[in-house]
Amino acid sequence: MRIPATTAPSVSPQMRPTFWLRQAPRVTVLLFLVPVAAGLAGTVLPAFGWLPALGGRHLTLAPWLRLAAEPGLGRAIALTFATGLTATVVSVLLVLGLCAHWHGRKPGRIGRAVFAPILAAPHAAMAIGVGFLIAPSGWIVRLLSPWLTGWHQPPDLATVQDPYGFALTLGLLVKEVPYLLLMTLTALSQLPVARELEAAAALGYGRSVAWLKIVLPRLYPQIRLPLYAVLAYALSVVDMALILGPSNPPTLSVLALRWFTAPDVSMYFPAAAAALLQLLIVLGSIALWRAGERIVCALGRRWIASGRRRSRLEPLSSLAAVLVAGLGLLGAAALLDLAVWSLTSRWRFPRILPSHWSAAAWREQVAVILWPLETTVTVALVASALAVVLVLGCLEYEQQRGSAPQARSLWLLYVPLLVPQIAFLFGMQVLLTFSRLDGTLLAVIWSHLLFVVPYVFLSLADPWRSLDTRYARTALCLGASPRRVFLRIKLPLLLRPVLVAAAVGLAVSIDQYLPTLFAGAGRVVTLTTEAVTLASGGGRRVTGVFALLQALVPLAAYGCALGVSRRHGPRRVLPGARA
Amino acid sequence: MSEPLHLDEVSISLPERLLIPPLSVRVMPGEVVTLMGPSGAGKSTLLSFLCGTLSDGFRATGRVWIGGSEVSALPAERRRIGVLFQDDLLFPHLTVGENLAFGLSSAVRGRAARAARIAAALEEAGLAGFAPRDPATLSGGQRARVAVLRLLLAEPRALLLDEPFNKLDAAMRADFRRFVFEHAAAAGLPVLMVTHDATDAVAARGRVLTLSQAPDGSARIESADGALSVAHGTERKPEHEGGALVANRRS
Amino acid sequence: MAAAGALVLALCLLVPVRARAAPWQQVLHQARGETVYFDAWAGDQRVNSFIAWVARQVAACCDVTLRQVPLEDTSAAVTQVIAEKAAGDNAEGTVDLIWINGPNFYALKRRGLLYGPFTQQLPNAALLDVRDRANRFDFTVPVDGYESPWRKAQLVFIYDSAYLKHVPHGIRAFPAWAKRHPGRFTFPQVQNFLGVAFLEQALYALTPDPAVLQRPATPAIFDKATAPLWAWLDQLRPYLWRGGREFPVSGPAERQLLEDGEIDLMPSFNPTEAAADVAAGRLPRTVRSYVLTHGTLGNTSFVAIPYNSPHKAGAMVVANFLLSPRAQARAGNIHYLGGPTVLDLKRLTGSERARFAALPHSPWMPSDRALRRVLPEPHPSWASRLAAAFEQRYTP
Repeated sequence: MRIPATTAPSVSPQMRPTFWLRQAPRVTVLLFLVPVAAGLAGTVLPAFGWLPALGGRHLTLAPWLRLAAEPGLGRAIALTFATGLTATVVSVLLVLGLCAHWHGRKPGRIGRAVFAPILAAPHAAMAIGVGFLIAPSGWIVRLLSPWLTGWHQPPDLATVQDPYGFALTLGLLVKEVPYLLLMTLTALSQLPVARELEAAAALGYGRSVAWLKIVLPRLYPQIRLPLYAVLAYALSVVDMALILGPSNPPTLSVLALRWFTAPDVSMYFPAAAAALLQLLIVLGSIALWRAGERIVCALGRRWIASGRRRSRLEPLSSLAAVLVAGLGLLGAAALLDLAVWSLTSRWRFPRILPSHWSAAAWREQVAVILWPLETTVTVALVASALAVVLVLGCLEYEQQRGSAPQARSLWLLYVPLLVPQIAFLFGMQVLLTFSRLDGTLLAVIWSHLLFVVPYVFLSLADPWRSLDTRYARTALCLGASPRRVFLRIKLPLLLRPVLVAAAVGLAVSIDQYLPTLFAGAGRVVTLTTEAVTLASGGGRRVTGVFALLQALVPLAAYGCALGVSRRHGPRRVLPGARA
Repeated sequence: MSEPLHLDEVSISLPERLLIPPLSVRVMPGEVVTLMGPSGAGKSTLLSFLCGTLSDGFRATGRVWIGGSEVSALPAERRRIGVLFQDDLLFPHLTVGENLAFGLSSAVRGRAARAARIAAALEEAGLAGFAPRDPATLSGGQRARVAVLRLLLAEPRALLLDEPFNKLDAAMRADFRRFVFEHAAAAGLPVLMVTHDATDAVAARGRVLTLSQAPDGSARIESADGALSVAHGTERKPEHEGGALVANRRS
Repeated sequence: MAAAGALVLALCLLVPVRARAAPWQQVLHQARGETVYFDAWAGDQRVNSFIAWVARQVAACCDVTLRQVPLEDTSAAVTQVIAEKAAGDNAEGTVDLIWINGPNFYALKRRGLLYGPFTQQLPNAALLDVRDRANRFDFTVPVDGYESPWRKAQLVFIYDSAYLKHVPHGIRAFPAWAKRHPGRFTFPQVQNFLGVAFLEQALYALTPDPAVLQRPATPAIFDKATAPLWAWLDQLRPYLWRGGREFPVSGPAERQLLEDGEIDLMPSFNPTEAAADVAAGRLPRTVRSYVLTHGTLGNTSFVAIPYNSPHKAGAMVVANFLLSPRAQARAGNIHYLGGPTVLDLKRLTGSERARFAALPHSPWMPSDRALRRVLPEPHPSWASRLAAAFEQRYTP
């Protein structure tokens, strides 16, 4: 029945991306896969005893036996699972509960003002701040002592570095909940659900229940990847675990780092085994989480079909809102206490504020800080600019080809966020050393790109894809070349998201500790390496100075991004104003 | 300069579904041919193919000519086929004048000459002095007319209308329709319009083609004088609605 | 006998081995314009400031740019050099100078990853106090010209006399003291050098024959020597901060505990720490530091040059400057760093000696007499075995 074409079908040159544009996804993937794959190889081989430079010339299980003989290994693994999974599960529940409670109401200005600096503050800085808040001699106990508690000396209670990792879990929550909230709100803003919710309300569904039954099933796939990134991060975090986690035994990643940097280099082998075990733990947890998703999904379908309009979850979602507000408060207080410490001369328990103030810490740092500050800003600017160019290239390529966004490539982009840093950074260092790149700014920028690109992609992909494609088509049909359309139409229209994505990239770059340490061979000193080094030694005053600067630089970047886009972005002029 | 737009056995399909059965039609300069059909039938896809902005997932065959030159071998920006959507799509970051300048052929050289052309076009459309205005400050009808001006200043060789009158209210609609058809006729452009509104077709006073798809996956295009083209979507037996669902998910 | 040995060594240090030594002028010439990356533990802000001062001086005098690479742990630099060796990078290493001693020095020297011997080429090495055993043997390992001294360190204890009237003056007194002050004392985790130093101090006082500590620890010797230590720890541990289940990660972390009032007594390997903090207003003037009655472990901080450093001349210029009377006087000044010098004052000129005589004295430092009660560090193998045995015993 099919009528054959009478003339030979000619394949029409629809959108055909230029040569350079075609390279964008390839270059991006190559930049990603080579270091991660080489890094993993550099971990897997020593884990089985192969590293000729250190005398390992044949494959053996000895590193694993050494690892297994480590006292407290079982506890370390249990601790890793407990802190990582608890932090992730609680983060998800709190964020979803809050969104269910909140939906339709405008997020308050105050909320945004509180969460922005918490998001911008690096993990290490936040850990130090939270540590001081909840320590037995910390702000919270001081506020209640001695009038309520009767304590003139701090109690001998393990509220920080406790053996169960509660402090570490709390620290993770303070940082990860705002991040997950941001990702969720972004995803929500792309979901047109207002009318569906109205319809559900008309059918008699309570606000939170309607949200859980109608919005959540559509929302979840959108936040799955960021969620896995949170899970992987929480399971393998190093800097926060060093500061808030127990040390005897510590979490597995800290154990691995301890061995990697031990003076006795034969420990490199069990360290590699520990790093590989860490990777398995992360992959296993993701698999476990997927299984959990299936179960919750099945139960959820039954619940949706049950037609129940109200639920006991309703008050729980209000509780989630209260808890998230509490975490926000805690994070803000943590940053505030760092600010106070940076100006402290003496501050003994149980005084609520320092007895002696001094700007000495700031004064002393002025001379020391310029070099790391310059490096930090240079690396962050270049990495973030490169990331924006690469991501724009990928997105533009995707649009010009007219192909649908591929989930597979997104997963690829996420690899550096899902694979524990400790599992590939050491191997990557060997790669960099071989290519004589270690210790150079280039190496640091490259290692940052691995983490900057995924976040820039995340923040830019949605606005870019949701721009009405007919603008571009109209411009093309008016005779503008794809290049001109990109430069004259798309970029100006999307100036704000592009600049915000650049600022996000900047913040991510500034947050990087381990990559800077390894790729920089310790030679490239940034505010973050400096802050973590000082946190290990310099006490809270100098740490406060660095942590605040670390938080301020990305905040300033956000401010610039918003300022510039307001000035030069698409005009939104009131009628008549320009006439 | 005025030449006909010629579709030669143009057919478009998704892997699972036929959208446009092989269609051959010649639209004469100044003529308006209307393609009617329900929404989602693939009318807009056909226009995308004609102007060269079809997405990757579709399979398209056939040729498109304007006069003696085959345009289906050219990239979008060199086809000079204008398209008008139901939204005006004025670039919000540019002024009215800049929007028109974006469209105006670069063959018109010199800042003063270009400004004069734009001012003249605006004046002729009853929008004198609007050049420095922000598009957001214009009424819907004014914006629609600016969009047409922008299109015509690009000196297209053919015009495609993608339900351009949909969003306008009844009074403005008739007005604007007349504005578009008059300008297209004055420029001697062949016009292909897709719509699902019969009054548009009547107002166009040209030939009307009707696109329809049967539940069995076949599609047909009919004109007033009988069937023009019928074809089945796939060689395989159509899998009830499932196939369509899959197609939608892929797109 | 010991004096004779010292004399021989002194001669070795003094007499340049001319056949191998490049004339110093040539080194100075070669160093011009070099950038020296100095890997140094950065946990002490005063040391960082001192290094920044050194950088300004060598830039002015010798056109050498000194960049401190701040380390959280010196072992990072050791790992780096070993990784470079692994990668076959034998000439263009990233580390030019390391602040090093003890196990880290042992790890690099044993593998032949240090440049040297170079110290005999340094003009200022002639001023070194060679009677001080710690300047010649680093944790019993012969220095052999592979590292150059620049500072001295000794185990001291710090407390606030406003809160604490009685302190333990001997290792054996600790358990009883801790029982009376439960939760008010601790030491850093054993992965930290200060934590293991405290254990070694205790071992020195408790073990029947301290002389065995100067030799490598074999399992048999180790078990026998440490038995009294574990018995003592079992008594002490329940009365430590957090019941001895958790330990602060480092010395500075422990100092923060003292400042917060969570503990009353802490060990430190920097005799000037308390004085410096009092001077900066961070600790009250009631703080005191002291050395145990029978002395405490002490050692010397050195700088060493990795074998693959591309800027050896510049690194030598820095090492030489650190040994200059000017740098040593600055380092001995409690306003900047404080502490005893590694130089032999008798070898200095009168005006140079006057610099040291004029140094301000701080009541918050242990007396000079107390600081002369120095015990030699055990062989590095003891530290790693102690840490491992401690983990084995006390990890829940």
